[in-house]
Amino acid sequence: MSTPTSAPATVAPAVSPNIWRPSGLISFLVIIVAMAGLPLVASTYTLTLMVPFFGFAIALLGFNLLLGYTGLLSFGHAMFLGIGAYAAALMTSKLGVRSLELTLLVAVAAAVVIAVPVGFLCVRYTRIFFGMLTLAFGMLFHSILFKFYGLTGGDQGMRVMRPLLFGMEFEGGKTAFITGPFYYYALGLLTLLGYAMWRIVRSPFGLHLTAIRENAQKAAYLGVTVSRMRLAAYVISGVYGAIGGVILAVTIGLADPEIVYWTQSGNLVFMAVLGGSGAFAGPVVGGLAFVLLQDTVMSATQYWRFVMGAVLVLIVIFFPRGIAGLFGDAFARLKRGS
Amino acid sequence: MASSALLSAHQVSKSYGDFHALRNVSVHVDDGEFISIVGPNGAGKSTLVNVLTGLLKPTTGHVHFRGQDIAGIGPVELSRRGMARGFQLVNIFPALTVRETLGVAAASRLRRIGNPFRSLSADQEVRDAVEEVADIFNLRHRLDQQASALSQGEKKLLDVASAFALKPELILIDEPTSGVSTGDKHAIMELLVAASRKAGVRGIIQVEHDMDLVARYSDRIVALQAGSVLADEKPETFFKDPALIAAVVGTRPPKMTPKTAVQEIRPC
Repeated sequence: MSTPTSAPATVAPAVSPNIWRPSGLISFLVIIVAMAGLPLVASTYTLTLMVPFFGFAIALLGFNLLLGYTGLLSFGHAMFLGIGAYAAALMTSKLGVRSLELTLLVAVAAAVVIAVPVGFLCVRYTRIFFGMLTLAFGMLFHSILFKFYGLTGGDQGMRVMRPLLFGMEFEGGKTAFITGPFYYYALGLLTLLGYAMWRIVRSPFGLHLTAIRENAQKAAYLGVTVSRMRLAAYVISGVYGAIGGVILAVTIGLADPEIVYWTQSGNLVFMAVLGGSGAFAGPVVGGLAFVLLQDTVMSATQYWRFVMGAVLVLIVIFFPRGIAGLFGDAFARLKRGS
Repeated sequence: MASSALLSAHQVSKSYGDFHALRNVSVHVDDGEFISIVGPNGAGKSTLVNVLTGLLKPTTGHVHFRGQDIAGIGPVELSRRGMARGFQLVNIFPALTVRETLGVAAASRLRRIGNPFRSLSADQEVRDAVEEVADIFNLRHRLDQQASALSQGEKKLLDVASAFALKPELILIDEPTSGVSTGDKHAIMELLVAASRKAGVRGIIQVEHDMDLVARYSDRIVALQAGSVLADEKPETFFKDPALIAAVVGTRPPKMTPKTAVQEIRPC
């Protein structure tokens, strides 16, 4: 065995092409801190926009474990939002269990139970085939929710009652609950799950996922269990999706089939691309930009879908690495200049 | 078939319908041997390699590695049993750094995957394993560079180095120097042989067209033709038989003192 003694452990890397690697967590934390301070300065209306953003951000962290790290584009990820949303509805209005922690546990369990068999079938395929299969499962789930009127309320959906947070009941209006205690609860969840995801992508497990994205055949010869790892990534991303779905459903107060419709899956893809799936915090940034942009454009014109579509086209053509890519470049230039 | 054989294929045939890619092929690699597989295109080299690495199940016959049947076990299991495979075309993870690339193999070997929250950067054992391999292949100064930014020769080295990071007992490489400038070929081969010695690799199989490299490094040469073993000889014997060489490469034999003359003979 050779004992390398030449280079000290703290030797500076010659080139760090992936500028986001060290800064990913920092960008994420900047958003968290800004969001924590937001209730001090922002209007109630802005806060009501931010809570769904927390839900989307959680789902996007999971979504990007698939897209950005494992290289699998799911077109049916809204299914997991739906699993979370309907778990919340089922628990609070059908079973009368109002503890949000229990609801989250049930949502996670449901996501795992569904993600394992669905993922098992989907991860044998990659690229467009994976995307189409996930889309198909998403649509299937949508039609189940739609048709099983007795259980799911069909297009009427199911009501989601106000949950207890850590067993505590909160009085007052809905807006006060959403922008008050629930705002911080959701933000806390986002922080916790963001940190967990940061650990995941920086682990040997995360490295194996990235190796699969880069070159699955080579990865297999280096001992990477490609299918099993893809399945694991799919299940984890499903769990994140379901937790995001619980947050969304509590915010809206309703679980309806709209939340699992394929356009909702499309929105997740949009957010990830907008923010940049190559960066840890990219999709979260994209989710924030999407929510703000959608709100601005919707209040300005009824043709908001047209405007959003145009934005997506511009992003893909001119900034393929998304907002995070723009910031990354600017940051790199700044660093080089100093 | 000697019991000391690290890898042995016994009477292996592989057919696709009416087409017989391999017919009753028996080859073996003993402890410490460097074997070259040669033959014209279509002779069945790729099929044999795929059978020897457990990717393809032979139609008939057996493949044993360290005494265990490895027919059709697949790449992941192969890596766990101690055999690594390198590819003809440069096969890397373009966006990963050298450190990360070697880390993929080290993490597999050290079984670091079960806990998805385990820190990679704080894992001293993985770090040491990566740096040890990087040192052997002169890649230490490139550790934090992206694989896509390396020179062609370095990419090839990284490709092979990542296989070494599995600490294999046997390594099978398909044209380790293809796509590399003639000047670099010998340098890479020298490194490869030296690295094998350092890393405790007990056997090497290479598929190679370059007869200079075959002549210089092989302990034994297995020549295939039309799916059958045409010859299984030591280089001294092999290169004394012009008919044999002509059958394999379709042209004249190389000079046997190739230290300076680097001459490449390719069948096509």
